[in-house]
Amino acid sequence: MSDPVTKSDTTAKPDQMVKLSCRGVWKLFGHGAETMLAGGSRQPTLDEIKSAGLIGAVRDANLDVRQGEIFIIMGLSGSGKSTLVRCLSRLIEPTAGEILFEGEDLLRARDAEMIEIRRHRMGMVFQHFALLPHLTVLGNVAFPLEVQGVERKAREERARRVIELVGLEGREGYYPRELSGGQQQRVGIARSLAVEPDLWFLDEPFSALDPLIRREMQDEFLRLQSVLKKTIVFITHDFDEAIRLADRIAIMKDGAIIQTGTPEDLVLAPATDYVAEFTRHIPRAKVLTAGSVMAPWRDGVETGGDVGLADRIGDIADRVEAADRPFAVIGADGERAGLLDGRAVVDVLVGRTGAATGATGGREG
Amino acid sequence: MTAPSSAPSSTVSRPQPRRALIGPVGAFWLVLLIASLFLAPRAEDMAEALGIAWAYEWPRGWTVPLAAWISAFMNWLVNDAGFGLFSFVDLTRFVSWLLDIPLTIATSLLSSGFLRGQGSDAVQVLPPLSWIAVIAVVVAMGHFARGWRLAGFVGACFLYLAIFGQWNSAMVTLSSIVIAVPFGVAGGLLLGIAGYRWRWAERILAPILDIMQTVPVFAYLVPILFLFGFGPVAAMIATIIYAMPPMVRVTMLSLRGVPDEIRDFGRMAGCTPRQMTWKVMVPSARDGLMVGVNQVIMLSLNMVIIASMIGAGGLGYDVLTSLRRLDIGGGIEAGVAIVVLAIALDRLSQAFANRPPPVHVDLPESYLHRHPWTTTVLVVILGSALAGLVFPPAQSYPEALEVSTGGFWEGLVKYINVNFYDQLEAIKTVMLVNFLIPVKRFLTGLPWIWLVAILGIAGWQLAGWRLALGAMALSMFIVVTGQWEKAMITVYLCGISVIIAGLIGIPLGILAAESERAGRILNGLVDTLQTLPSFVYLIPVVMLFRVGDFSAMIAVILYALAPAIRYTAHGIRQIDPQLVEAGIVSGCTPRQLLSKIKLPLALPEIMLGINQTIMLAISMVVITALVGTRDLGQEVYIALTKADTGRGIVAGLAVAFIAIIADRLVSAGTQRTRRRLGLA
Repeated sequence: MSDPVTKSDTTAKPDQMVKLSCRGVWKLFGHGAETMLAGGSRQPTLDEIKSAGLIGAVRDANLDVRQGEIFIIMGLSGSGKSTLVRCLSRLIEPTAGEILFEGEDLLRARDAEMIEIRRHRMGMVFQHFALLPHLTVLGNVAFPLEVQGVERKAREERARRVIELVGLEGREGYYPRELSGGQQQRVGIARSLAVEPDLWFLDEPFSALDPLIRREMQDEFLRLQSVLKKTIVFITHDFDEAIRLADRIAIMKDGAIIQTGTPEDLVLAPATDYVAEFTRHIPRAKVLTAGSVMAPWRDGVETGGDVGLADRIGDIADRVEAADRPFAVIGADGERAGLLDGRAVVDVLVGRTGAATGATGGREG
Repeated sequence: MTAPSSAPSSTVSRPQPRRALIGPVGAFWLVLLIASLFLAPRAEDMAEALGIAWAYEWPRGWTVPLAAWISAFMNWLVNDAGFGLFSFVDLTRFVSWLLDIPLTIATSLLSSGFLRGQGSDAVQVLPPLSWIAVIAVVVAMGHFARGWRLAGFVGACFLYLAIFGQWNSAMVTLSSIVIAVPFGVAGGLLLGIAGYRWRWAERILAPILDIMQTVPVFAYLVPILFLFGFGPVAAMIATIIYAMPPMVRVTMLSLRGVPDEIRDFGRMAGCTPRQMTWKVMVPSARDGLMVGVNQVIMLSLNMVIIASMIGAGGLGYDVLTSLRRLDIGGGIEAGVAIVVLAIALDRLSQAFANRPPPVHVDLPESYLHRHPWTTTVLVVILGSALAGLVFPPAQSYPEALEVSTGGFWEGLVKYINVNFYDQLEAIKTVMLVNFLIPVKRFLTGLPWIWLVAILGIAGWQLAGWRLALGAMALSMFIVVTGQWEKAMITVYLCGISVIIAGLIGIPLGILAAESERAGRILNGLVDTLQTLPSFVYLIPVVMLFRVGDFSAMIAVILYALAPAIRYTAHGIRQIDPQLVEAGIVSGCTPRQLLSKIKLPLALPEIMLGINQTIMLAISMVVITALVGTRDLGQEVYIALTKADTGRGIVAGLAVAFIAIIADRLVSAGTQRTRRRLGLA
């Protein structure tokens, strides 16, 4: 069921370049929002905001999205994730803070500059597709190029290529309402990719789809990303989806980011009870990697085979559990980083607490 | 300010004490009504005895001569005003000249043919489109918009116009509409976009729209007559101005209705503001905008008929002259032609509005394959024009084959008048003596100060002091401009008509909602009633009851009935089915279901319908000036015949203010009911 593309290809390294970062971003809705934040250093609490009659949609958000990673912003409805992504793309003007896109502050960009940035360097996919009803698939995908003034032949050729990339060839002449939800979102994805953006926003792209299609689209998304290697900001309210797709996740609640980390970090070391509540029901095998549950390497042990450091337990469980001997865990540079035996795998699979402490304690054999 | 009379919302099962028939608020109003009834016949004497006659009737000497001021201003505008390089008159002449060009082309194309030379020396250079060609065009449009059935229907309507000898007048009317509609749509769209994009534009537009939609149609005609003279162009300007406001509203509404995501997408794609408007927002709002186009078409038709008074010509002119000559047959004939044209245009434009969105076409074929209809129509146009050169009936429908229904109508009305004169007269007299005249006496007998105070109290109770002050200020305008008595006659005619329209319309609406078959029939009826130009309603009424208040009342009821039926039916149908089911499982009889569940829940919607009925009634009352009422409408009508701008505008504003007061009060009441039911 899980996708053939291994996550390790796209996992961001901490030293990779930061593509987009936001520093102390606030968005308060209501009258007098600016004065509430005036002075810069003031940090009103949630209660203060409420008693002033304002809505604190985003409160002091800080995050760094690195080149080529899938960064997921996760939160329940009303947590401010949609507002935050609209602040990042400056569809909504933040009340305070700065948003650095490749080092320059987006909030300082003039309207004309912003139009240029959006035309060439950003793409966005919307929850309800936001396809233009009067244009065909081809017209929709070519639309961002049309507004740039690309001539018809060139933009249609480019659009056809992207349509093919998302697997909709043959449907170029269809109108959006003639397509299923999944197909419509493929058009939305193709359209956002037509301008070859560096930064790709996806705002709950699969939430409006039914579960089977959603899963298929997630696979498709990972396939695309393995080819395109975009820098992605992905919004979802579905924690399963988040851990399935994310390199890193930021969890939002009441407008604030309460924890940012890899899926493993969140599962193994939830910062608050709220995060723990999310992670509790997540099958650990899908999240934990061989690296986080392995025992230290001991020379002279006969191994039954090799697994990668970043392999998910769920993907390798069958092999490891079936073998009599422990497996060697191989690091990125080919060195033997540790040992993984059947028992450790089973611990993870059945959710024995030992597994959760594997990374920190990790001493038992 | 809360109304303790409203039903307690808790539904505890313990037996509650029977609710008093009316609460304290109801009692207050009842007392007020009784006091008014007592006061009305005596007020004049009482005021005189107390030495406060001014409180009964606004003294003539205190009247603000607003009408004179406006007239003086208009005179200045026409005679002296200038903008440096050109004068105001130059501007109006330029506008006339500009609009005259397309109008001339359209009239040439549809009715007169292309002429060279002036007046009777004119030589026809090119014939107009033949009747066959016009019918071919509308049939093709019908087929394109929906299919063969509509094509046949529209074709039959136009064929009717040809066979029954109304072709020429109908084409004159049609050419005004063909030109007025694009202007109305384009102007409305641009203003609507401005209102959508800039807050200040909306702030300016909102009150103007309110006034424009409530000022009676005649009132538009007066200043336009004054500025642009008598003729088809002036009539068309009035038509455009009259038909534009709904398009402005619809545009703002449907642009606001475009999903946020589409807007966000447009910005993310890097659209400039102009691209955003024309490439994203307007196309996405297409469905809503088409509704506006339909409205513009229907209002244009309505107005073109009325604007025949300032020279539009066409079918409206035929009706008007027949009415004046008391040529019953001719009037009905032209009236039916208007109805036929109206229904054909309405069905056609609705079909265009509801056209299914396009589906993909697989392979582009040859031009002929892709445009079979355009090709056919072009062939028919050319063919019939050429054939017309040698065989005239192909160009214009042969007069020998025309059928006149005038005699038939004449005979029918005569027959009714001969055989039912006594009955009709009896109904009229009974209604007049027992109902209309007493109500009129009552309303005109009340002192202005009393009624203004009552409006204030009502406003305060329904929505607070702002509404109270607004209602009082607007009614004071009527008082100080010296139009109180005429306004009261307008109110009395409207009031009675609305009550009767409600008494007929609400039960019909209930019937329409309860029975599927009745619903379908009534729906068709209401659709048709709403497409007919207001003018048409006068014709049968005058034929049967001659002129006077009673005829006016019948015409107003007929015209204003539709929303009462429609909103009631809609209000009942939209009730959450679970609530009805809850009633059924509680063992309600159908009657209890209606009175205890459906009607209370549909109340806000019904009130909305009554509000619409009031608005339509007010607009119609003015038109009934033609059948000899003595209200504000007559005032505007007289101003129109005398081209007295100030008088016309002041009386028109008075009508508008009555409408606005009624609208705000009823809306506030509706809002309260909604809140009480937890619907808003």
